[in-house]
Amino acid sequence: MYPAYLEESIHLVEDTRVRRLLETMPSLDEMGKNALLKLYHPDYIEASMRQLQAGVNKGDSTPVELADLLEGNSRINPDTIDPSKPDHNVDVLVIGCGGAGASAALLANEEGARVLITTKLRMGDANTVGAQAGTQAADRPNDSPAIHYLDTMGGGHFDNIPELVEVLVRDAPSVIKWLEQLGVNWDKAPDGTMHELSGGGTSRRRLHSARDYTGLEEMRVLRDELRNKKIDYLEFAPAVELILDDRGQIAGAVLINLETEELVIVRARAVVMTTGGIGRLHIQGFPTTNHYGATADGLVLAYRAGAELVFIDTMQYHPTGAIYPLQILGQLVTEKVRTLGAQLVNISGEQFVMSLEPRDIVASAIIRECRERQLGIGTPTGETGVWLDSPMIDMIRGEGTIARELPAMVRQFRRHDIDITRQPILVYPTLHYQNGGIKIDTEGATNVPGLYAAGECTGGVHGRNRLIGNSTLELFVFGRRAGRVAAQYAKAVKRGSPTMEHVRRWQQELAKVGVAGQRPVSPRLLPDYVRRTHGQARQAA
Amino acid sequence: MAEQARLIDIYIMGRRCQVPEGLTILTALEYCGYRMIRGCGCRAGFCGACATIYNFKNDPQLRYDLACQKTVEPDMYLVQVPFFPAVKALYDLEKLEATGGKVLSLYPDLVKCFGCNTCTKTCPQELEVMWFVSDALRGDIREVADKSFDCLMCGLCAARCPQGLVPYNMALLCRRLYGRYLTPVSEHLEERITEIEAGKFDADIEELKKTAEKELRRKYTERDMEPALEQHWE
Ligand SMILES: Cc1cc2nc3c(=O)[nH]c(=O)nc-3n(C[C@H](O)[C@H](O)[C@H](O)COP(=O)(O)OP(=O)(O)OC[C@H]3O[C@@H](n4cnc5c(N)ncnc54)[C@H](O)[C@@H]3O)c2cc1C
Ligand code: FES
Repeated sequence: MYPAYLEESIHLVEDTRVRRLLETMPSLDEMGKNALLKLYHPDYIEASMRQLQAGVNKGDSTPVELADLLEGNSRINPDTIDPSKPDHNVDVLVIGCGGAGASAALLANEEGARVLITTKLRMGDANTVGAQAGTQAADRPNDSPAIHYLDTMGGGHFDNIPELVEVLVRDAPSVIKWLEQLGVNWDKAPDGTMHELSGGGTSRRRLHSARDYTGLEEMRVLRDELRNKKIDYLEFAPAVELILDDRGQIAGAVLINLETEELVIVRARAVVMTTGGIGRLHIQGFPTTNHYGATADGLVLAYRAGAELVFIDTMQYHPTGAIYPLQILGQLVTEKVRTLGAQLVNISGEQFVMSLEPRDIVASAIIRECRERQLGIGTPTGETGVWLDSPMIDMIRGEGTIARELPAMVRQFRRHDIDITRQPILVYPTLHYQNGGIKIDTEGATNVPGLYAAGECTGGVHGRNRLIGNSTLELFVFGRRAGRVAAQYAKAVKRGSPTMEHVRRWQQELAKVGVAGQRPVSPRLLPDYVRRTHGQARQAA
Repeated sequence: MAEQARLIDIYIMGRRCQVPEGLTILTALEYCGYRMIRGCGCRAGFCGACATIYNFKNDPQLRYDLACQKTVEPDMYLVQVPFFPAVKALYDLEKLEATGGKVLSLYPDLVKCFGCNTCTKTCPQELEVMWFVSDALRGDIREVADKSFDCLMCGLCAARCPQGLVPYNMALLCRRLYGRYLTPVSEHLEERITEIEAGKFDADIEELKKTAEKELRRKYTERDMEPALEQHWE
């Protein structure tokens, strides 16, 4: 139910509806689009970016929220830690247990390695479970890995690393089969034909789904298999620093028990970084679709250990995230609502953008309406957004269209007493995905010997923009590769003696460029959503 | 606009707190100064980390929901139950048969179900838990897979079962058996894998990799688009 004070604005939306049905918003020309993007798209706002002053990517631009953490101070004092006295001693340490981490652990185990997984929340509490739409793989007769390759390159504005894309599209069908053999229930016709769907930017129907719960289905099966294989795991124990040895190779990681705050030393011959995304940094204050632990920790740890990052200046924002009710803040409102005819309107019931412009344009126009023009609608919890006028769909296409075409949306809002067949939806762009990350080769290897990475924490596969269904695919393709190769590397490597020297060097570098005092400690680990009352001080968090 | 929301009273582990209406149990806890470590995952109704039990000041009956989805109501009494471990059978899927007997041998407690229906009443996804438990008893793996599909594995059904059953882990076994053994094979998938292994697409991909960006852009714009018969959107 909408709060009473919004009624006036809802009436304006209703009063203008019939008039707007006949009103066509012109599409912006090239110049108009560029101007809008430059002024309002989060990626184009120069003031939101900063050049890194320390580390491998010195000079590269990245959002200030990420820059602060990449240039952050270590959470540990290297002088008080003895990395030669480990609590765990394994071949392969997997950091982060979403889809990528689980795949890496299973394959490393298959190669005979002693594997330990450590993860920040429970096993599987990750972005992976949130994936609804599906996983891409070119397996229908009219499709091919080459077409999938072209779609992916185009989606990424041709900046993708071609070798990574090649591996992605080539491994895709076997990944679908691997998951099925582990017991994933794909949507299929009775004759076994996969039930496949289209997505934005795919020229073939290629999305494999498991109802609306694709990521959940993939994750719960992999998590179960980890338990069946008796692979050791630690929960609520995020990594806070990597350990190197005197040869500059990976030698393990320092973890922290989130509850007791004890440090845990893990000695490992190889490490696979699979810590996922960044949404909970709320770049430029955006809400997000991401899980609670998506705070870019893996980027920070790898960067401090000398790993190169790529495409860290591009994030994916989905134009229509829900902002009301608060219960579903930042969650996606599917693009189909606009495709069926719903317009975007401001507090006075006026249109301000042709609602089927490309995603980045629509997102920018909504931001302009709220931030510059101050014509957004405020929610009780302080968010501002615009109306997505869903009821007009039934006026255009006939009574019952919404119920038939958008059952999940209808259900989601009904839980909160909002009937989207009769009332409009409040939306604002939401931070969805980190396009860039740790640079890897086709086996998931980084430039630091013994450090592998896979999944959303890596960059290059998607160029500057990821296509729907290519992320969950990437997890299994590169997670599997990284796990297998990390295990092989672990068998062969000659170990040096572990040290925390790189952390000392890092702190010296920060001091030298004069930023140490201004930066927070990192990695962030969890966002801070606790309200402080009456300005009362807490013990330093 | 925050000041426009009405404040309501809730009780967190006995302490009276005032929160704006419209918060979820999860955000109300944060509003009142609690920093979540356990009991918080996707924050979107997908992971089951936040399963919660509550009742009301003047109504002792326990109720169940997801803390990230459930809106706080006046006079709610909240205590967070952390997710705790439950029995999970260990098995090698490759060596199992997809039969009811197998499910029963891995989860023998199934027979102890006396049909109290507490599991169904507890499920925050509103699944027919007791029905799929009885489907399992009858050996109908397909039905269990279907009825339990939207399970987030939050663990509430097992936590509340007076007989110690673990419906959510049992159902996962059934779904895995169903996916592995009982769904029809996808011929087109098998064929494609064979073709890729035989190198059928190597030349095509190699050529695209060598194509200059300008030409690649042209190919991309001119590529034919399959009509989206069954359109689906993110
Ligand atoms: C709502 C939503 C819908 C989506 N829909 C789709 C879709 O339909 N199709 C698609 O292809 N993609 C989709 N995506 C994107 C895709 O789901 C993710 O990009 C992908 O699942 C990321 O997987 P991952 O394994 O790399 O990371 P995650 O699944 O996020 O796993 C990372 C894990 O690492 C843990 N971790 C983080 N930091 C540390 C640390 N310091 N130490 C230890 N552990 C740590 C995290 O807690 C988490 O468990 C969607 C994403 C979201 C959020
Ligand atoms: S936090 Fe994931 S379901 Fe509530």
